[in-house]
Amino acid sequence: MAKWRTWLPWLLLVAAGLILPAILPPFRLNLLGRFLSLGIVALGIDLIWGFTGMLSLGQGIFFALGGYAVGMHLQLLALPPGELPEFFGLYGVKALPAFWQPFHSPLFTGLCIWVLPALVAGVLGYLVFRNRIKGVYFSILTQAALLVFFNFFNGQQKLINGTNGLKTDTARIFGELVGSDAMQRNLFWLTLVLVVAAWALCRWITRGRFGDALIAIRDDEPRLRFTGYNPTAYKTLVFAIAGAMAGVSGALYTVQSGIVSPQYMAVPFSIEMVIWVAVGGRGTLIGAVLGAVLINYAKSLVSEQLPETWLFIQGGLFLLVVTALPDGLVGWWRQGGPRQIQAMVGWPPLAPTYPGLDLDPAVQAEREALGSIPGGAP
Amino acid sequence: MTVSASTPVLELRQVSVSFDGFLALNDLNLSLAPGELRAVIGPNGAGKTTFLDVITGKVRPTKGDVVFRGRSLLGIAEHRIARLGIGRKFQTPRVYQNLTPRRNLELAVKGSHAPFSLLFGGLDSRQRDRVQQLLAVVGLEAHASQRAGSLSHGQKQWLEIAMLLAQDPYVLLVDEPVAGLSEEETERTGALLRSLAGDHTVLVIEHDMDFIRELDCPVTVLHEGHVLCEGPMDAVQSDPRVIEVYLGVEDSGVEDSGVEADA
Repeated sequence: MAKWRTWLPWLLLVAAGLILPAILPPFRLNLLGRFLSLGIVALGIDLIWGFTGMLSLGQGIFFALGGYAVGMHLQLLALPPGELPEFFGLYGVKALPAFWQPFHSPLFTGLCIWVLPALVAGVLGYLVFRNRIKGVYFSILTQAALLVFFNFFNGQQKLINGTNGLKTDTARIFGELVGSDAMQRNLFWLTLVLVVAAWALCRWITRGRFGDALIAIRDDEPRLRFTGYNPTAYKTLVFAIAGAMAGVSGALYTVQSGIVSPQYMAVPFSIEMVIWVAVGGRGTLIGAVLGAVLINYAKSLVSEQLPETWLFIQGGLFLLVVTALPDGLVGWWRQGGPRQIQAMVGWPPLAPTYPGLDLDPAVQAEREALGSIPGGAP
Repeated sequence: MTVSASTPVLELRQVSVSFDGFLALNDLNLSLAPGELRAVIGPNGAGKTTFLDVITGKVRPTKGDVVFRGRSLLGIAEHRIARLGIGRKFQTPRVYQNLTPRRNLELAVKGSHAPFSLLFGGLDSRQRDRVQQLLAVVGLEAHASQRAGSLSHGQKQWLEIAMLLAQDPYVLLVDEPVAGLSEEETERTGALLRSLAGDHTVLVIEHDMDFIRELDCPVTVLHEGHVLCEGPMDAVQSDPRVIEVYLGVEDSGVEDSGVEADA
């Protein structure tokens, strides 16, 4: 019983990787790939929120940075040599801005996708954590930072096409159009592999003493400080890791959506990321991925049928989790939630007992003796 | 009035702490000899906790200096002070509830506390042995793998003391170690603290007068942020100033009865 419960999520994942590309139409598969890539940013949030207790409402910054890195590279890749991306012409820009130049290099782009968000997160985090800003102040600060980035990116038409964003579909990787079905299927697999890799990374980070230190920071930071730990170093590091993961997530999401725009830094989107983790289960890692995929898939299905109702459903889901399932779906599952439901519908599972006890002659003799006493147990 | 003549391991020199004009500590002088066991008592609001906050770097003194093994602790961050060798047990037991006692101790055990050494390096056999040994010392071997949050109050107190020992500090600052403990647990805690003195310098803050008498050590009485008197328990209890401070405060419960009994 306990065993299949641990394995089931993995079976689902492997099944998703092997079966779904064969049976899903390209459109659905592409959606699933996008939602899986969101699982990576959710894993990062689980790391900083579920384990370390820092609720960031600004992960969209790092997500979008990763997206823009890959977006700029693909813009350049789509061009014949010597030409500028088309939008520059609209704003009268004649020469490629200097910071675009390194994005000709796939290697630089590959690094930039995760190193740049990690650096931004590291610096931002260090300044915040050094001043011992935490709790709700930290959340507000990250949201404010998100708004700053959003407004900046929105206004920079001459640098990065402002509010219109950058399209990625028309570039070719290895001779294949990024937007083509074949390429999207490859990207789906790449996403799946990276989600598992990100999960393994988080698992490795959290299972040892480092993870214990994170939990200690969440539960009693001053105590840890008086034990000789510097929480600032831990929080900065883990925030940077979550930033890097958000960057990778954003890059994967961008290539599968065909566009990166400042909308990735919209305030509601970053809040949704937190909801995925809350619904899936804080501090469970796998719950973050499941939450991201399930909620987004539900969102796309519901939005196709009844576009107006999704926000109500999402809000209701969040309320349900906060009030009834504080540890999310995975936490509920691990704490024997299914057995409770089973018991509720009148089919209670057998409680574990000592099998040897009933067969013990001494116990049987005692039972008979009790049975012979009027009023004793039968 | 210090017991030992050797150079003090920890010394507070004319320390004052002012919170918006209120003097929590007022010209406090105190020195601890290496290996000494010292009890600090005082009525509520005497500044006992602020006194620990100053030593451990949580509160910066408005005036004065704190010297530990020849260097000033002023302006040094809490975690660095802890690493220098000053360990602190809090008034209410503060253990990491969601970790097991073993993992609590593994976090506290002496060694590098840098993020990368926790990430890439495991515990060495010496540290592992130390954790196991401490679990035995505080009688938590059987509970080593359950959540620390599910331990009883007394077990949490002991776990926190074990965490303190795991740090292997020069100075142990122990704030109310027997609050809420049974008589037997109190006795064992007293024996444990006495056995630690010698190798470590132990400073105990306590309300329980019987417990302090049991410790059989020099006592410092704090009152309104400064040292009222110092000396053996008997001398302190017969000091008219101490009696006045304790008896002058009405409804002060435990302290009253303790002092009164022998006064």
